[in-house]
Amino acid sequence: MFPLLPGGRAKQSHTLPESRGEHYVNHKAPLKLKKPSTAAFRAHKQPRAREITWCPVSRSLDAPRRTVLGRAVLPNGRELTPPARMTLREQLREKISAAFYRHGLLCASYPVPIILFTSASILTCCYPLLRLPLPGTGPVEFTTGVRDYSVPSHEPQGDLGERPDWVLVKAAVSPWDSSLVPVDVFRSPLGRAFSLLEEIRNHVHSDSSGIRSLETLCLQVTDLFPGLRRMQSVLPEHGCLLVSPGNYWQNQRELFDSDPDLLKTIQKHEPKGLHTSATLRVNQMTRSLTEQHSASPSSSADLKGGKLYSGDSQGQLGCQIQFLGSLRARLKQLHPSANCSLRDDHMVHVHFKEEIGIAELIPLVTTYIILFAYIYFSTRKIDMVKSKWGLALAAVVTVLSSLLMSVGLCTLFGLTPTLNGGEIFPYLVVVIGLENVLVLTKSVVSTPVDLEVKLRIAQGLSNESWSIMKNMATELCIILIGYFTLVPAIQEFCLFAVVGLVSDFFLQMFFFTTVLSIDIRRMELADLNRRLPAEAGLPPPKPGPLRPREVPPPPRPSPHTITLQTPAFRNLRVPKRLRVVYFLARTRLAQRIIMVGTVIWIGILVYTDPAGIRTYLAAQVSEQSPLGDPGGGGLPPHLGVAPVFRGGDPTSTLSIHPPPDPTPLPENQSQGHHGSARAGPLPQAPPAVPQITWGAEDEEGWRRLSFRHWPSLFSYYNITLAKRYISILPVIPVTVHLSPQEAIEARHPQDTRYPPPPIPKVTADLQTDLTLYKVAALGLAAGVLLVLLLFCLYRVLCPRNYGQNGVAHGRRRRGDLPCDDYGYSPPVSEISPLLLRGHSMDIECLASDGMLLASCCLAGQIRVWDAQTGDCLTVIPNHGRCSSGGCWEQRDGWDGVGGAADSDCLGSEGRGSSVGADGLSEEEGGYPLRRRSAPARPTLFTDQPDLTPLIDTNFTSQPPSHLSTPPRTGFDFGGLVERAYMEHEPPSTSTYPSPSSASSSPPSGAQLQRTPSMGDAAAYLSQERASAAGTQATPDWESSVWALELRGNLIVAGRSSGKLEVSARLNGSLDFFTVEINKPLCLLQYRGAPGRGSMPPSPCYSSEDVISCQLTRSVQCAHQKPITVLRAAAGRVVTGSQDHTVRIYRLEDSCCLFTLQGHSGGITSIYIDQTMVLASGGQDGAICLWDVLTGSRVSHVYGHRGDVTSLVCTTTCVISSGLDDLICVWDRSTGIKLYSIQQEVGCGASLGVISESLLVTGGQGCVSFWDLNYGDLLQTVYLGQSSDGQGVRQLLVLDNAAIVCDFGSELSLVYVPSVLEKLD
Amino acid sequence: MSLTLTAMSDSSTAAGGQQQWAGSGQTPRPPRGPYISAITNRTTNLLIRGAMLFSVGVFLALVLNLLQVQRNVTLFPPDVISSIFSSAWWVPPCCGTASALIGLLYPCIDSRLGEPHKFKREWSSVMRCVAVFVGINHASAKVDFANNVQLSLTLAALSIGLWWTFDRSRSGFGLGVSIALLATLATQLLVYNGVFQYTSPDFLYIRSWLPCIFFAGVITMGNIGRQLAMYEYKFLQEKTHQD
Repeated sequence: MFPLLPGGRAKQSHTLPESRGEHYVNHKAPLKLKKPSTAAFRAHKQPRAREITWCPVSRSLDAPRRTVLGRAVLPNGRELTPPARMTLREQLREKISAAFYRHGLLCASYPVPIILFTSASILTCCYPLLRLPLPGTGPVEFTTGVRDYSVPSHEPQGDLGERPDWVLVKAAVSPWDSSLVPVDVFRSPLGRAFSLLEEIRNHVHSDSSGIRSLETLCLQVTDLFPGLRRMQSVLPEHGCLLVSPGNYWQNQRELFDSDPDLLKTIQKHEPKGLHTSATLRVNQMTRSLTEQHSASPSSSADLKGGKLYSGDSQGQLGCQIQFLGSLRARLKQLHPSANCSLRDDHMVHVHFKEEIGIAELIPLVTTYIILFAYIYFSTRKIDMVKSKWGLALAAVVTVLSSLLMSVGLCTLFGLTPTLNGGEIFPYLVVVIGLENVLVLTKSVVSTPVDLEVKLRIAQGLSNESWSIMKNMATELCIILIGYFTLVPAIQEFCLFAVVGLVSDFFLQMFFFTTVLSIDIRRMELADLNRRLPAEAGLPPPKPGPLRPREVPPPPRPSPHTITLQTPAFRNLRVPKRLRVVYFLARTRLAQRIIMVGTVIWIGILVYTDPAGIRTYLAAQVSEQSPLGDPGGGGLPPHLGVAPVFRGGDPTSTLSIHPPPDPTPLPENQSQGHHGSARAGPLPQAPPAVPQITWGAEDEEGWRRLSFRHWPSLFSYYNITLAKRYISILPVIPVTVHLSPQEAIEARHPQDTRYPPPPIPKVTADLQTDLTLYKVAALGLAAGVLLVLLLFCLYRVLCPRNYGQNGVAHGRRRRGDLPCDDYGYSPPVSEISPLLLRGHSMDIECLASDGMLLASCCLAGQIRVWDAQTGDCLTVIPNHGRCSSGGCWEQRDGWDGVGGAADSDCLGSEGRGSSVGADGLSEEEGGYPLRRRSAPARPTLFTDQPDLTPLIDTNFTSQPPSHLSTPPRTGFDFGGLVERAYMEHEPPSTSTYPSPSSASSSPPSGAQLQRTPSMGDAAAYLSQERASAAGTQATPDWESSVWALELRGNLIVAGRSSGKLEVSARLNGSLDFFTVEINKPLCLLQYRGAPGRGSMPPSPCYSSEDVISCQLTRSVQCAHQKPITVLRAAAGRVVTGSQDHTVRIYRLEDSCCLFTLQGHSGGITSIYIDQTMVLASGGQDGAICLWDVLTGSRVSHVYGHRGDVTSLVCTTTCVISSGLDDLICVWDRSTGIKLYSIQQEVGCGASLGVISESLLVTGGQGCVSFWDLNYGDLLQTVYLGQSSDGQGVRQLLVLDNAAIVCDFGSELSLVYVPSVLEKLD
Repeated sequence: MSLTLTAMSDSSTAAGGQQQWAGSGQTPRPPRGPYISAITNRTTNLLIRGAMLFSVGVFLALVLNLLQVQRNVTLFPPDVISSIFSSAWWVPPCCGTASALIGLLYPCIDSRLGEPHKFKREWSSVMRCVAVFVGINHASAKVDFANNVQLSLTLAALSIGLWWTFDRSRSGFGLGVSIALLATLATQLLVYNGVFQYTSPDFLYIRSWLPCIFFAGVITMGNIGRQLAMYEYKFLQEKTHQD
C-alpha cells in the first residue's frame, strides 16, 4: 500500500498499542469498539505484538514537561535511580540525556526557524571565505619595487626564474597624407623593429665588473621541443630568447622588405598553435591597426596613424640590472619618448605554482575515491526513513558546511590557511566523519513508530547523547594531542579539525536533527491514513476536507472525517520515471535551462566581443581587483582610465575618434590592461610633433596575454615554470617618429596595388561580424538539431495514438480531474473505455473468469466476450426453451474441476432453480438486482417440460450458426483446457481458483482420462454445452437471467421465476451438488441453495456428454429464513440469511462450522477471500469483520443507513457501499472509518478494487477511480458521450487490471494501464 | 626521504611472491553453484580474498610510492609514470603479496584465538581507516618537520591512534608490531645489500619513520582482510541457520 515504506515498518505500524484503542473508545463512545475482539483479532494477526511499556508517557502530550520537571521518568521509560546514589558519571549522563531530550523537542517543534537560523549561521561563518583567493594553480602576481635595479634578487622567495623585459615601441607616421596606403601604417614602423633589435643585441654595457653584452645575460635557449619543428622559423633557437615581430621574417630585414603582404605572413602563423606567443600580440596589433585606421579618416592624418608597439621580451637570466639600466638609458636616448607616463620602479613577479601532472593527481584522486567510498558506505546505512537520498544529502551537507564553517572561522580570527585545501579536505572529512549523523538517524528511527514526531526525535537524541558526547570528547582529545606536535602543518590541520568538529556538532544538533524530524514527520504523514494516530481522532470533523464529491458523510455515526495531509506532502502515486517527467514538465526545467544557457551564451559572446563591453567591464573590475597589486596599497581610484588619458592629452585622439564610438576602440591593443596603473597622466609638454603617449595600458601590455603564455612559451624549450617566477621588468618605452617619406620609402611595390582603405575596414568588421554570424549559425543549427532529436525521441517513445483518443476529450469534461498542487493530474494515465455493443436491452448480469466475459441482458441473450480484446466470441441467443431452461452451461473441456467454487455460488442456484422444477433459489445472483428487476419483469411465457432435446439441438446447432465463433472459441477453449490440464496434472486439484471445491472432485486419474475428450471438446466447440439442469423441465416464468457465472469454460446462467425464488428463500436450506459432466469422470461440485429439500439428484446431460448435477448433500434448515447471500472461498462456504446470521460451512463435508451472530438485520452482503477474511454487511447498516478460523467477531461498525449493498476488502481496509449511496472505507485492523465518499444517487452499489490502492466505483455514466490511501478522486472515466442517466450497476474487476461495467445495453471495458504495471 | 629505488633485483621477493601465489591457488573444488558456493567454498573464498587484498596492496603501494617520489621532484617530465613503473617494478607486487598475507592472517588469527573481531565491522569504518592510512603517508611525505625525531614520533602517535580508532584488539597490535619490525628488518637488509637506498637515512640505513608506516599499513590491511572475511563468516552462519 505504501510502496515507499521499507518492509519492516508496515508490520510495526499494525501493532497499535492497546492504549490507542482504549483512548479511542473513550472519545468515540458511539463506535462501540469491542476491545476483546479487537484484541483477539490483533493478536491473531500480529502474534508479535510489541510490548508497550512507555504508553502512559508517550501518549500524553505533556511528556516533555513531565520529564523536565520531575525527571523521575526518562522519556524512554527508564527508571532512574535517585540522584543521591548516582555517581558523578551517571549524573552527568543523565544531565546530558535530559538536555538532549529537550533539544530534540525544540528541534522537532520548530523546524523551519531552526533551519533558517542554521543556514544563516553557516553563511555568516562562511562569509570570510569570500576574501580568500580561489584555489587554483593560476599564476600569482606580486609587485616589488625595483629601486634603480640595484638589488637583483631582493625577493625572499629566491627561486628566481626568467625575467622578460619589454621594449615597447610606439611609432607614429606623421604627418599622414592621402598618398599613404594603410599598409604604410605599420610597414615602416615594423621595419624599425629590426634596427631596434640590432641595437639591443649590440648594446654593450661596461662597468667596473667588465663588459657585458646581451648574449651573456639573456636566457639562453637551446633546441625547440622536438615536436615543434614547424615553429622553428618563428622562434629563435640556440641563443637568446628574443621574441620580436621580426621573428616572422627570421629577423632578416631583406625578407621583410620583400614580403609583399605582411598581414598574410603574420596570419599565416596564427592558427598554428603559437597563439599564446608573440603572434597573438602582433596579430592583434595589426588588426587593431586596421581598425584604428578605419576609424580615423585618412584625411585627418595628423597623428597616431602608426602608433605601433612591438613587444620584445628578452629572457634575462642573470638579472643584471645594470645592463638593463644602461640599455634603457640608451634606448631612451635614441628614441626619446616625451610624454611617457610610465613608472619604471616596479617590477611584477608572476609566480607559477607547481604544475599538476597526472602523477601529482593520482594520490589526490585516490584520496577522493576513498572519501567517496567512505561517504557511500556510510550513507548506505541510513535506513527506515522517508527519503534516504535526502538524508544522505543532509549528512553530506552537514559535514561539508561544517568544514566551510571551520575554515571561515579560522580565517575570521586571523589564520590564513596555508595548506592545500584540496589535499587536506578528504582527511578533514574523514576525521570529522559521518558517524554521529548515522548514529542519530539510527537511534531516532528505532524509537517507537507510534510516538509523536517530536517525542521520537527527543528520545532518539537522548538515547544516543552519551555516546555522542563521549566520542566527541575523545576525538577532541586526540586532535588536541595532535595540536601539540608543534609541526605547523599538523597544527593547522588540527585547528581546522577542532573547529570543524565543533561546528559539525553544532550542525548535527541543529541542522541535521531538524531535517531528520522533517523527514520523520513526512513519513508519519504518509502513514496517517493507515494508522490513524490519536490526534486525528480527537478533533471534531472538519467540514469539507476534500473535493465536492466527497462531501463528508451526512450526520449519522460518521465518527470523524480524517483531515488529509496537506497536498504538498502527498507524493504522487506515480512510477518514478513518470515522476521525473512530471517534474521536468512542471518546472519547465528544460526550457529554463536552455534559456539560461542561451542568456549566458549571449553574455559570453558580448563579453568576449573584442570591441564590446568587456573593455569597459574590465576597466571597472580591474580597479577593484586585488590581484592587480596585492602588495601596493595606494591605488588611486580612477574611473575610466581611458577617458582620463584622452582628456589629459589634448592633441590626442579625441578629435580623431568620432563621438559615437565611445569605447576605447583605437586603444584596442591595450584594452583592459590598465588595471594596476598607478600612473596618473603626466603633464605633457605641448608637442610639436604628434604626440605619442605612454599610458598605463602600455605598461601592462603583457596582461593581455593568456596566462598560459609563459608556460607554453617556455615549454617549447622544455623549460618548466613550475615553482618559478617570471619577473617582468618595467617597460622601456621607445618612441619612433617616422615621416611619411620614410613610410613611403619602406613601401613594398605590391602594397600600392592593394585596394585602398575600405578593405581593411571591411575585413575588420567582417572578422568580428563573421565570428558572430558563425556562432549564431552554429547555435541555430544546434537548436534545430536539438529540436529534431527531441522530436525523434518523442516519436520513438510515445505511443502512436497518444492523444488521438476521442474519449480523451469527454473525459475532461467535468473538470474534476484530480490535480496536485501543481496542476498536474497524476496517475491513471490514459483510460479509454472500450464499449462492447451487442445487447439489445439492458445488461443484467456480468461474469468473468479473467479471460472471458459473459454478459446477459434482460432479453436473455448471453454473449461471451474476449476480455482482452473485447471481441464478441459467442452469442447465445435467448431461445425460448433455452431461457426457460433457466440454466445453462457452455462447457468445453473438463472444467469439472474448473467450474469452481465461486462459480458455484452463482451458478449452482441457477442450476438449482432450473433443476428443481420445484424451484431452486438463485440467491446470490445479486440480491439487490433482484429486488429491482423482479417486479418489473413479469413472467413471459411458460415453457415445456422437456428441455433437453431443445437445448441439445440448440447447442449443437450453434457452432454453425455463429460464423466465426466456433473455431475461435474452440481454439481458445482448447488452450484453456490445455492450461488447466497442466495445472491439474499433479493430483492436487486445488490450484484452480476454487481449491476446496475441487478437492472433493475426482481423483486425478479421472482427469487424465478426461483429457482426450477434452481434445475433442476443443476441436468441437460446444458439443458439451449442456444445460445441466435444464433436463428437469423447469417451468420458467421469466426469461431474464438472474445470475451468471463464468469460470473455466463454463457459463452458468441462472434464471428463475419469482415464485421459485420465494419458495427457495423461505426455505433456507442448503444443498450441495456434485455435477458430473462428460461421463461420470468429471465431477463438478455444485452447491446450491435450492428450494425444496427433497431434491432429486439432477443429472444433466447434453448430446453425448453427460453433465450430471448430483446433489451430494443437502443441509436442511441451514437457515431459518431464506438465504440471501452465498459466497465461497478457501474451502468455506459462507451464507448469509434473512435470519440475521451468517453461517460458515466447510466445503468438503458441508459441515456447519460456525454460526455468526451479531447483525441486527438480514445479511445483505458478504465478502470472503482466500485469506479467510470475512466481512458481512446487513440490512441494519452494520458491518462485521469475522475471523473465519475462530468464528469470533473482530469488529463491528455501523456505517450506513440502510442496507450494506456490497463489501470489498483489501489487505488494509474494508470498503463498503450502502443503499444510502455512501462508500465507506474502514481500517481493517482497527475498524476505524477512514473516510467516506458520497456517491450519486443510485450508483452506490457497484465498486471494485484494483490493486491495493485503487478503488473503482460506478456512477452515472461513468466510473471513478479513487485512491484508497488518501481517498481522493483520481480520475473519472466517462463511458460514453451521452453518459448521464444510466448508472453503472455492475462492475467487475478483471485480472488484468481492467474493469467491466454495464452501461445500459452496452458493456464497457476499461483498462487501467498504470495499475497493470503495479500488479506485476 | 623519498624511497629512491636505485637498483633492482628480481630475485628473492618476486620469486617468493610467485610461490605464494601458487601456494594459495590450490586446485579449488568444482563449484556446486554459481555465486554462493563460490563464496562459501573455502578455497575459492580464500583465493578471492587473496586476490582482492593483493590488488589493494598493489594499488596502495603504487599510490604511496608516488607520494614519496613526489616529495623531491617538482618537475615532472612526461615520462614520470613510466619511470615509476620501470624503476621499482617489483615493489608493488611485493607489497601486494605482503598485504594479501597480512589480510588473510588477521582473520585467521582471530578465529584461532576464538575471539572474532567485532569492533566497528563495517565498510565505512574500513574506508575511514584506509583514508587515515593514506593521510599518514601523505603527512610523512609532504609535511615539513623540524627534525626526524619529531617526524617519527608524530607518525608513531598517529599510527597508534589509528590502531586505537579502528582496531583495539591486542592480537592486532601484536601482529602489527611484529610485522612492522620484520618488514623494517627486511628493508634494512635490502638496503644493506644495495638493492636500493634512501636519500637521507637516519636510522641504520633507513628512515626512522618506516616502522610506523609499516605498522599503520599492517593495521589497515588487517582491517580490510577482516572485513572481507566477514562475508564468509556471514555466509557460513546463514548456512548453518538454514540447515
